[in-house]
Amino acid sequence: MDFLEAVRTYPFLQKALLLGLFSSVACGTMGTYVVVKRISFISGGIAHAILGGMGVAYFLGSSPRIGALVCALMAAVLIGLVSLKARQREDTAIGALWATGMAIGIVFISRTPGYSVDLMSYLFGNILLVRDADLVWTASLDVVVLASVAVFYNGFLAVCFDEENARLQGIPVEVTYIGLLCLIALTVVILVQVVGIVLVIALLTLPAAVANLFARSVSRMMVLASLLGVAYVWGGLFVSYGPNLPAGASIILVAATSYLVCLVVVSLRNRLRTGL
Amino acid sequence: MTAPPPVLLEGLFFSYDGHWVLENVCLRIEEREFLGLVGPSGSGKTTLLKLILGLRKPQRGTVRVFGLPPEEGRGWIGYVPQHLGFDRSFPVTVVDVVLMGRLGRSRGIGRYGPEDRKAALTALEEVGIGHLRDRAVGTLSGGELQRAFIARALVSRPRLLLLDEPTTGVDIETEKAIYELLKELNKNMTILLVTHELNFVTAYVNRVACLDRKLVCHPTDEVPPSLYDSLYLTPLRMVRHDRDLKP
Repeated sequence: MDFLEAVRTYPFLQKALLLGLFSSVACGTMGTYVVVKRISFISGGIAHAILGGMGVAYFLGSSPRIGALVCALMAAVLIGLVSLKARQREDTAIGALWATGMAIGIVFISRTPGYSVDLMSYLFGNILLVRDADLVWTASLDVVVLASVAVFYNGFLAVCFDEENARLQGIPVEVTYIGLLCLIALTVVILVQVVGIVLVIALLTLPAAVANLFARSVSRMMVLASLLGVAYVWGGLFVSYGPNLPAGASIILVAATSYLVCLVVVSLRNRLRTGL
Repeated sequence: MTAPPPVLLEGLFFSYDGHWVLENVCLRIEEREFLGLVGPSGSGKTTLLKLILGLRKPQRGTVRVFGLPPEEGRGWIGYVPQHLGFDRSFPVTVVDVVLMGRLGRSRGIGRYGPEDRKAALTALEEVGIGHLRDRAVGTLSGGELQRAFIARALVSRPRLLLLDEPTTGVDIETEKAIYELLKELNKNMTILLVTHELNFVTAYVNRVACLDRKLVCHPTDEVPPSLYDSLYLTPLRMVRHDRDLKP
C-alpha cells in the first residue's frame, strides 16, 4: 500500500498530517524569533527541562501534557531571568538547568510503576499516536501564540533587533523578552508531540534557518518557515512510511537535508552573481 | 525664565568595575549648538552619551535633559549608536528599521499607523536614501547604513541629536557628506557628535569638548596645534572653540 492510499485508509495518518500542519504554524512563527535572536541554546534548555514536568506529572498520575506546559513556562521564566542577570556565565547556568530538568524527569519516571513505555515517546516523539484531543490542544496553543505575536509583533522585533533602542523607546525589554521565551515554551510543548524533546530544537530552528536565506522581513520569514515546517513534517512522514523508520527522526533528517541543499544553492547563486 | 538647556551635566562621576570612567564632568550644551566631543578610545565618550540617555546611572552628579531627568527628557533625543554591529543576516528592511524609531508612541503594541509610515519615508528622504527603503538592511554599504540609523533617530522629530562615531568605517567622501547632512540638520536641532578624529570636525562644529575621564571647559579662539599631541597624552583637556559658524 503506498503512502497516499494509506493516508486515505488510516485515520491515524490523517491525524498525524493534521498535527504536522497545526504545529508548523507555531513552529515557523516562533522558530523565526529563535533564529534571528540567536537563542537556540536557551530554547534547547527550555525544551529539555520540560522532561522534569512530564516526569512529575506522570508520577502523580496527572496529564504529562499539563506537566510539560507548566514546567515549560517555569523554565522559560527562570532561564529568561538567568540570561538577563548572569550575562557572564549565561551558558553554564542554562546548561545546568537543561540537565537538572531532565534529571528530575528521569528520577520521577523511574519511581513510577510500569514506566518506560512512554519515555521513548517523550524523548523522540510519536506523531503516529495522535488523538483528537491532541489536535484540539495544539490548535488552542496555536491561537495563543499567533494572537500574541499579532499584538506584540513590533515590540518583539525591536527587542530582537536592537535592545538598547527598544529600551529608549520605552518598551519594557525584560518583560517582552521573557514573554517571547514563554511563547517559545508553548511552541516547544506543541512540537514535543511531533518529534520529542531531544529533536525539538532542530524542528524549531531548521525551517526558520532556511526561510532566513530567502526572506527580507521577519513576517515573511515566519510565513515561509511555517510552510517549510509543513513540508518537512509531511515529507518526513512520507519518507518514513515505506521502510518503517521512526517518524520524528525522519522529519529532522528531511529538514536538515533541505537546509544543507539550500545553503549550497544560495552560496552558489551568490558566487555566480559576483562572477567568481 | 529662560528655557532649560538641552543638556546640563553637573559634577558627574561614573565608575565601571572599580575604575573611574568619568570624574567630575560638567557640561552645558545650548540650544542649536553643534558640539564635537573628542577623546581617545576608552575615554568615556560613549559612557557620557549613555548617561545623557539615562541608560547608565552616575554614581554622583546630576543629568538634566531639557531640564528633566533623562528618562523623561529622552523622548526629545534622537540617538545614533556606535558600530551598528548588528547581525547582517537579520531580515529587516530599511523602512522597518526607521519605523523602530516610532515605537515610543505605541510601546510596541499593535501596528504602525499611516502617519508613522509617512514620517519614516520623510526621514529617509531627508537623509537622502528614500530609494533604498525596501532594501534588506544587511545589504547596505557603511555610509547608507549610517544614514538609515540617522533616519531612525530623526523619525521621532527630536530636538537633540546624539551621534556616536557616525563616520566609522566610511570613506572620506561619505564622511564629508554625513557632516554636511548634520550641518543642515543643525539648523533645527542641537547636535552632540562623538568622534575620535579632530581634523574634520572642527570645520563643522561650534565647539569642541575633549574628554579623557575629565572634561574641563576653557575657551580658546582656535584649537592649538599642541592639543593634537596633548589630547592623547594627558588625562585633562578641554577646549572651547568659539569660532562661530554663523555669518
